[in-house]
Amino acid sequence: MSTTTKSASPPGLQKPPGADPPPPPTSRTGWRRALRRDWQLYSLAVLPLLFFLVFRYLPMIGNVIAFRRFEPGGSIFGEQWVGLRYVEMFLSDPTFWQVFRNTLWLGGLTLVFCFPIPIVLALLLNEVRRRSLKRFVQSVSYLPHFLSIVIVAGITMQMLATEGPVNLVLGWFGHDPIRFIQEPEWFRTIYVGSEIWQTAGWGTILYLAALTTIDEDLYEAARIDGANRWQQTWHVTLPGIRPTMITLLILNVGTFLAVGFEKVLLLYNPLTYQTSDVISTYVYRTGVESNSFSYAAAIGLFEAVIGLVLITSANTLSRRTVGTSLW
Amino acid sequence: MVKPSPSYRVFQGVNGVILTLVVIVTLYPFVNIVARSFSGERQIRAGEVTLWPKGFNLTTYKIVFQDAMFWRNYGNTVLYTVVSTAVAMLLTTCYAYVLSKRHLKGRTALIGIAVFTMFFTGGLIPNYVLITTFGLKNSVWAIALPNAISVFNLLVMKAFFESLPTELEEAAQIDGLSTYGILLRIVLPLSKAVVATMVLFYTVSYWNSWFSAFLYMDRTDLMPVTVYLRNIIAGATTGGNAGATDAQLSQVGASIQAVTIVLTALPILCVYPFVQRYFVSGVMLGAVKG
Repeated sequence: MSTTTKSASPPGLQKPPGADPPPPPTSRTGWRRALRRDWQLYSLAVLPLLFFLVFRYLPMIGNVIAFRRFEPGGSIFGEQWVGLRYVEMFLSDPTFWQVFRNTLWLGGLTLVFCFPIPIVLALLLNEVRRRSLKRFVQSVSYLPHFLSIVIVAGITMQMLATEGPVNLVLGWFGHDPIRFIQEPEWFRTIYVGSEIWQTAGWGTILYLAALTTIDEDLYEAARIDGANRWQQTWHVTLPGIRPTMITLLILNVGTFLAVGFEKVLLLYNPLTYQTSDVISTYVYRTGVESNSFSYAAAIGLFEAVIGLVLITSANTLSRRTVGTSLW
Repeated sequence: MVKPSPSYRVFQGVNGVILTLVVIVTLYPFVNIVARSFSGERQIRAGEVTLWPKGFNLTTYKIVFQDAMFWRNYGNTVLYTVVSTAVAMLLTTCYAYVLSKRHLKGRTALIGIAVFTMFFTGGLIPNYVLITTFGLKNSVWAIALPNAISVFNLLVMKAFFESLPTELEEAAQIDGLSTYGILLRIVLPLSKAVVATMVLFYTVSYWNSWFSAFLYMDRTDLMPVTVYLRNIIAGATTGGNAGATDAQLSQVGASIQAVTIVLTALPILCVYPFVQRYFVSGVMLGAVKG
C-alpha cells in the first residue's frame, strides 16, 4: 500500500524476469557479473520463487481448464479444448445472473458503508483530547479484527438468534421475534452489519496515522483566515487525508467482487440463497461440491478478470484525476 | 489554544456519546456470549440472558471438555499454526532480504512477481485441483505451503531491512562473512522487532484460518478447532460426541455454541492486550513504506 510519488518505492507491476533489464549491449555480461557476485543472494530467492511459481502462477495458468474439459484425476490442465463452451454455459445460466446480482449488491453495499465509516470514526477519535480515553476506544474497536471469521459468524448468529439480544430489543418495541438467519431479505443487512462491526475500528489506523502528519500551521493559518471548526475540517483535515482515502478506495474497488467469500459461506444457507449466494460461493458449490471443475473455473476466471480490470481502471482514473495511484 | 466555543463543547459531548456507543456495540456481543456460555439452557431459550449468566452452570463446559475430538482439534490448530508459521517465516525472511538489496540486478522483476499476485490470483478451482493433484490433501502442507508468503508481510519486512544501515553489512563483508552469514549473524539479530511482529502476524492468521482445512481435510480428526466450531454453528455436529448422552445434548443446544466460541476465542483474547500495538505499528510500516 503505497503511493508512487517517490521514485524510491518500486513500481507495482513488472514483466517477468528476463524481460526486465533495460537492454544495453552489455546486458548479458552484466547478468553474468551479477550472478557471479550475488549468487548467494539469488540462491536465497530460489525457494520463495518456487512458491510463487507453483502456488500462485501455476493456478493462474491452471485456469485454462475453463476452456478445456477437465476430468477429476486427469491432467490439471484438462484433456481437450472445448473453446468457450463453459463461458457460454454460465452466461446462459439463470443462477449465474442471480449470484452476479447478489455479488454486485453485497459488494456495493460494503463499499458504501465500510469505506466511509472508518473515516468518520477516525475524525471523531481525532477530536478526543484525553489520550487515555482515545487509546481505550481504539483498542476496543480493533478487537473484532483479530478474531477468526468463524468466531465472528458464530457471534453474529448468536446475536440474531430468536432469543438473542437483537430480538430482545425488538420485543421492547412490541415486535415479534424475527428469524434473521432464515430470512433472505435480512441477509444483506446482516452481512454488511457484521462487516462494519468487524472492520470499522481497524480501518481507522491508517487514517489516524495520516491525520498526525497534517501540518499544525495549516490549522493556524485557517483560523487566522476566520475558518470555524467545520471549515477547518473541510478545507484542511479532509484534503490532508485524501491520498490515504484514495489509496484505500482503489483497493476496495479492486476487491469489490471478491466479497467476503468465507463470511458468506459461514452465514448463508439454502433458505437465503436468493440474496446470499455470491459468485465465489457458487463457484465453490459447483466446483468442489458438485465436481464441475471446468465450469466453476470459467466463472472464477470471469470474476478474477473483472477484479483486475476494476482495480486497474480505478488506479488509472485516480492517477489521471488526482495524481495518487498504487503503481 | 483559544477557549473552546460553546458549540464545540456541545460537539465534544455528542462525540463522547457516539464513541461510548461504539465501545458498547463492540463489546456487548462478547459479554453476552460469555454470559450465555455459563447460563442454563432454559434461561437462554427464554431470552433472559443479557449481561450476566442466568441459571449459572458449568454443564456445557464439562461436555465440551470431555469431548476428545475438541482437544484433538485444538491440538491440530497448535500444530498447524507452528508448522505453517515456521515455513512462512523462512520463505518470507529470505525473499524480503533479497528484495531489500537495492543493487541487485533483476530486483524490480522479483518485486513485481510478488506484487502482481496481490491483484490477480488463480482462483479457488485451479488451486483446489493443484493441491489435490499434488496429493497434499489431509496433510498440514495443504495449509502451510499455499499460504507461505503473505505479500503484505513481505513488503513490511523488506522495508525494515532497507532501513538498516548498509555500513554494518559492508564491514561484515570485508571481514569475510558470506551473504548467509551476514543475514544470520548481523541482519537477523538487528531485526528482532520485525521478526517478532511477523511471527505474530502469521501466528494469528493461521490460528484463525479455517477454510484451507475445511477444503483440504476430509477427516474430522484432522480438523483445526475453527472447523470444529464451524461444524457446531452449521449444525453439522452437536459436539460432545464422546462424553455426552443425547438427553444431555438436547439440554445444551444453545449454550454449546457459546461455549465453543468462548474457548476458541480465548487464546486470542488473552494475548490481545499485549500484541495489539505490534499489529498497529506493523500495519503503519507496511502502509508508509510498501
